[in-house]
Amino acid sequence: MSGMSRRKFLVTSLAGSAAVTLAPACKAMASGSFEGYPDGMGVLVDLTRCIGCRSCEAACNKEQGLAPPAQSFEDKSVFDQTFHGGQKRRTDENAYTVVNRYDPEGATKPVYRKSQCNHCNEPACLTSCFVNAYTKTREGAVIYNSKVCVGCRNCMIACPFQVPAYSYSSAFNPMIKKCIFCYETRLKNGQPPACVGICPQEALTFGYRDELLKIGRARIKANPDRYVDHIYGESEVGGTAWMYLSSAPFEQVGFDTTMGKEPIINNVKDFLGTVPMVLAIWPALFTGFHLLAKRQEHGTEGDHSNNEES
Amino acid sequence: MRLLVTSLFGIFLTLAAAGLASAAAPPGMVTLDTLSEHFAGVSFDHQLHQDLATCDKCHHHTTGETAEPQCAGCHQGRTTATVACRDCHSTQPFSAAFIREKERDRGRYHIDKPGLKAAYHRNCFNCHEESGGPTGCEDCHAKTPAGTVFYNPGSQSAKPAAGAH
Repeated sequence: MSGMSRRKFLVTSLAGSAAVTLAPACKAMASGSFEGYPDGMGVLVDLTRCIGCRSCEAACNKEQGLAPPAQSFEDKSVFDQTFHGGQKRRTDENAYTVVNRYDPEGATKPVYRKSQCNHCNEPACLTSCFVNAYTKTREGAVIYNSKVCVGCRNCMIACPFQVPAYSYSSAFNPMIKKCIFCYETRLKNGQPPACVGICPQEALTFGYRDELLKIGRARIKANPDRYVDHIYGESEVGGTAWMYLSSAPFEQVGFDTTMGKEPIINNVKDFLGTVPMVLAIWPALFTGFHLLAKRQEHGTEGDHSNNEES
Repeated sequence: MRLLVTSLFGIFLTLAAAGLASAAAPPGMVTLDTLSEHFAGVSFDHQLHQDLATCDKCHHHTTGETAEPQCAGCHQGRTTATVACRDCHSTQPFSAAFIREKERDRGRYHIDKPGLKAAYHRNCFNCHEESGGPTGCEDCHAKTPAGTVFYNPGSQSAKPAAGAH
């Protein structure tokens, strides 16, 4: 300690105090995750009720004005289609929702699972978008502005459910395409999305998200033998507006059950929280160090070289 | 005079009896067409189904009997003014007004009552599936021209299956 120069002492103490100041600030920015708007709507998908009629796919196609499919919506042979090493059908630019058939172990009949955007409380697509094309609306929908989209497709990589699709078929104006909860035509007017309206079995129940959780729990309680005791989407990746009930273990009917309860953004929040501070504080801090060092050099040039050696 | 009163009373009794009988007697055929759009209405053979199942299998509790333990507490032995599905199950179960009403009424027990379409389909389809009845859409209701367009948008030329993706 006795050998420590004035310069070294100053630098060390400055760095130490900077670290102390920064640490709580980082923590404050990383915490406080968003749990969804209080009046956010949602849909509870009950796989035990779905009969695989594909009416929801037809209703979505009509409502969103999508290109007509190659096969009729009455064609059940699509359930046998597989792509890229056994993968089942996925949402794409002309199908914002798809139904797939699964045959879980020990089940007496197939289970059908509808996929679409789950409209996360804290969407990874939104947080990954650097032009702010995405919006989580008060009603619970995750919508996007294709006019500002630059086509980077970060959202396609960020989405834990592999939902956003890209219109690769368009050579000059390709853009991201996904379910928007029928926001423009229905949800913002208080109406349920087209798929919910058409479902003959009410496999899709529309309502306030918190009411749907109550309904889901009540169904599990009333029929404990019929349901897995879990509402998929209640807490997955920070909670989603669309949630699922199932008779079969979720991983056997096409769900990823390994993604945890934290929103995707939390994986990088700690790091990203420090970026603005690094940008704001480091230039000033290091300029200060530099000036101090320079002043030192000018004032005590002879001592300096000695200290470096010791 | 006495004869007149007696005969009038007799006629009244006969009419009353006939009225009661018509209210209580189950119908032979019922047309269920409140919701027809993509499919035409269903000509439901009530007599046939009455021979296959007890009333409460479809009418839950409204005929005064119920096999469901969670319904029996309130509904056992109580008949209702109506037994028609559409009088309890809404054609608009997800309308903004109905959803708001449900949210305001915190004490509501039936928070998960299906709409009319689901009430029909789940009642009929699930039982048909269990008991081996017909389960195809057009086994019960014929598709309308609007329905044909709805399920087959665009031209349905014979394209290979791989073209779907």
